[in-house]
Amino acid sequence: MAFALTPNTLFGRQRTGTFRKTYSVLPGFNLSLGYTLGYLTLIVLIPIAAVFLKTSELSFAEFWKVVTAPRVLASYKLSFGASMIAAAINAVFGLMLAWVLVRYSFPGKRIVDALVDLPFALPTAVAGIALTALYARNGWIGQYVEGVLGIKIAFAPAGVLVALVFIGLPFVVRTVQPILEDLETELEEAAASLGARRWQTFRYVLLPILLPALLTGFALAFARAVGEYGSVIFIAGNIPLVSEITPLIIITKLEQYDYVGATAVALVMLLFSFVLLLVINALQAWSSRSIGGSR
Amino acid sequence: MSIEVRNIHKRFGNFTALNDISLNFESGQLVALLGPSGCGKTTLLRIIAGLEQADSGIVTLEGEDASVSSVRERQVGFVFQHYALFKHMTVFDNVAFGMRMKPRAQRPSKQQIKDKVHELLNLVQLDWLADRYPSQLSGGQRQRIALARALAVEPRVLLLDEPFGALDAKVRKELRRWLRKLHDELHITSIFVTHDQEEALEVADKVVLMDHGHVEQVGTPEEVYNHPATPFVYSFLGSVNLFHGRVEEEGLRVGADAVPHTQDNFTEGSEVFAFVRPHELRIVTDTGYTQGVAAKVVRVLSFGVSARVELDGLDREKDQHFEVELTQAQVAELALIPGQHVRLVPSRLKLFDRPGYVSADAVSNSGSKQSSTGARA
Repeated sequence: MAFALTPNTLFGRQRTGTFRKTYSVLPGFNLSLGYTLGYLTLIVLIPIAAVFLKTSELSFAEFWKVVTAPRVLASYKLSFGASMIAAAINAVFGLMLAWVLVRYSFPGKRIVDALVDLPFALPTAVAGIALTALYARNGWIGQYVEGVLGIKIAFAPAGVLVALVFIGLPFVVRTVQPILEDLETELEEAAASLGARRWQTFRYVLLPILLPALLTGFALAFARAVGEYGSVIFIAGNIPLVSEITPLIIITKLEQYDYVGATAVALVMLLFSFVLLLVINALQAWSSRSIGGSR
Repeated sequence: MSIEVRNIHKRFGNFTALNDISLNFESGQLVALLGPSGCGKTTLLRIIAGLEQADSGIVTLEGEDASVSSVRERQVGFVFQHYALFKHMTVFDNVAFGMRMKPRAQRPSKQQIKDKVHELLNLVQLDWLADRYPSQLSGGQRQRIALARALAVEPRVLLLDEPFGALDAKVRKELRRWLRKLHDELHITSIFVTHDQEEALEVADKVVLMDHGHVEQVGTPEEVYNHPATPFVYSFLGSVNLFHGRVEEEGLRVGADAVPHTQDNFTEGSEVFAFVRPHELRIVTDTGYTQGVAAKVVRVLSFGVSARVELDGLDREKDQHFEVELTQAQVAELALIPGQHVRLVPSRLKLFDRPGYVSADAVSNSGSKQSSTGARA
C-alpha cells in the first residue's frame, strides 16, 4: 500500500475553482487538470476502489468480526503506534541531522549527506536482515543491549520500531534541509541582539519557520512506516498478539486464500491512514499559513 | 553612551577587512560610517555589536571593556539592511519580542508590554499596522518596524547597517529625514553604515570615512566636505575632476597644458594630483586662449537648477573625462556645440602629493581608480 498526499492536492490554496473562460498566462489548465485526474484515477483510485468492492462481499457483521479479531486489533496498535513513535523520533533526530548538514562543514560531510538517502535505496529485506543481525542476542549491538541490559530488541515490538526509524529517516532530513538552507542567519542575529537566548531563538524564531516542513517530513515518514513490510518482518519475530504488524496479517490472510478477509483489514488500514494523514496535513497547512501571514 | 574602539584588526582569510582601527563615538551623537563597499564599515559595526569578533583590539562601551561579552549582553539595538523581521509574527509580536524574551524576573507585565509596543509603533507612526504581518508591509514600513523592534529593549546604542540600502530613492530620502528627527528626540548614541555620501552628509553629526580597512578622515559633514584630508575623501564626497600634474614656477603643468594655481606650499617639480569640483571649472571658448586644459564638449545637460557639461580630454592616451557645472544663464551664453574645442580653467585647485610616483605601477593603479571616480561623478 503506497499513497502519498501532498498538502497542495488536499488543501490547495490556489483559487482555481472558477471555470469562467479567461485567458491566463499559464494556459492548459483544463488539459492538465483532466490529465492529472485521469492519471490519479488509474494509478490510485481504481486500486483503492477495488479494495472497497472486494470487501463489500462481506456482510457488515462478518466484516466487523474480521477487523476486530484480537490478533488484528493488536496489530493495528503495533503498526500505527510504532509508526507514530518512529516518525516522532525521526522528526527530532532528522531535524538535528539536517541542521548539522546545513550549518557546519566538516570532513566527510558529503558522505554523510549521501548516507542519509541509503534507507531509500536499500532493498527493505536487506535492511531487515542487517538490523536483525545487529540486534539479535548474538549480534554486535544485541549482545550488549540484550545480554547486559536485558532489553530485547530483535523479535520484539522494539525491533519493529528500530526498523521503522531506519526507513523513515530520509523523509524528515530531505524535507527540512532546503528550508534550513534558505533560513537567513540575520534572523538569529536579530533575535540574539534583542536578548533572546539560544533556546529561545530556536523555540520562537526557528521552530515556527521549520514546523510546516517538519510536519510534512513527519507525515511522509509516518505513511512510509505504516506501509512498511519487508524490513519489519525479519526483525519483528511476528509473534501473534505481540509483534505482528497489520501488513503481515494481510499477507497471512492472502496466503490462506482469505482474499476478502485481507481486503477488509486493508480497508480499515486505509481509512485509518487517510484520516491520520488528513489531520497531519491540516496541521501543516495551518502552521504554514501562520508563517506566511494571511494573504 | 560612549563607544570606543581601539586597535581593531580583523582578517577574513587573506583579506584584511580592518587594519588597526581606533575611533571614539561620543555619547548622544549620530555618526555615519561611510565608504565604498568592501571598505570594512559593516564589519566594524558588527564588531561593535558583538555579532563578529575582532582578531585583536578592544571595544569599550561606556568605559567598560565589552570585547568578550556577547550580543545579548551588550544591549545594543541592531537594524539590518534587509530588516530581518520575524515573518511568522505580526508587527505587534515582532516589536514585543525583545521584552517577552527577558527572564521572568525582569519581564514587564502583559499590559506594560502592550503599552510599550503601541508607544513605539506611534513613535514610528505605524500603530495602525500592529496586526499585519511583515509580508504585507512596504520596504520603508518594514524598516521602521525593525527600528521600533530594536528600540523596544531600550538599547544603550543603536547600530544601523545600511538601513535604507534596500529602499527606493524617494522613500530613502524620506526615511533619512525621519531618522534624523527621531534621533533628535531620543538622543540615543547611534552609528549607521552607508555607502551613500549624500545620506551620510545629510543625516550625521559626524562622518567617519573608511577605505580599504582603515580610517581616512573623521569630522563633521562640513569639515570633511570642505577640507578633505586625502585624495580618497575628496573624490568620494561629491563629483570631482582630476588632473595629474607637476608643480612648476608659473603654475601647474598638465600634459601639454599649463594651469594657473595658487597653492604655494608645494615645492617646484613635485608630482601632484589636482582635484577640482565641477562648479569650480570655467569654460573658455576663446580659441586664442592658452591657459587651462584643452578639452572637447561631448554633451550638454541643461535641465534642473544648474546645467552640466560633459567633456573629454584631448589627450587621447589618457582617456580623461571632465564635468563642469554652470548656471543655466552661463550655458545659454556660451552656446556650446558637441565637438567644440574649449579650455577648462579652474578657479580653485586642491593639490595632493602623488605618493609612489616613482613606481609606474602605482601611478596607473591610482590613476585608473581616480579617473573612474571622476567618470562616475
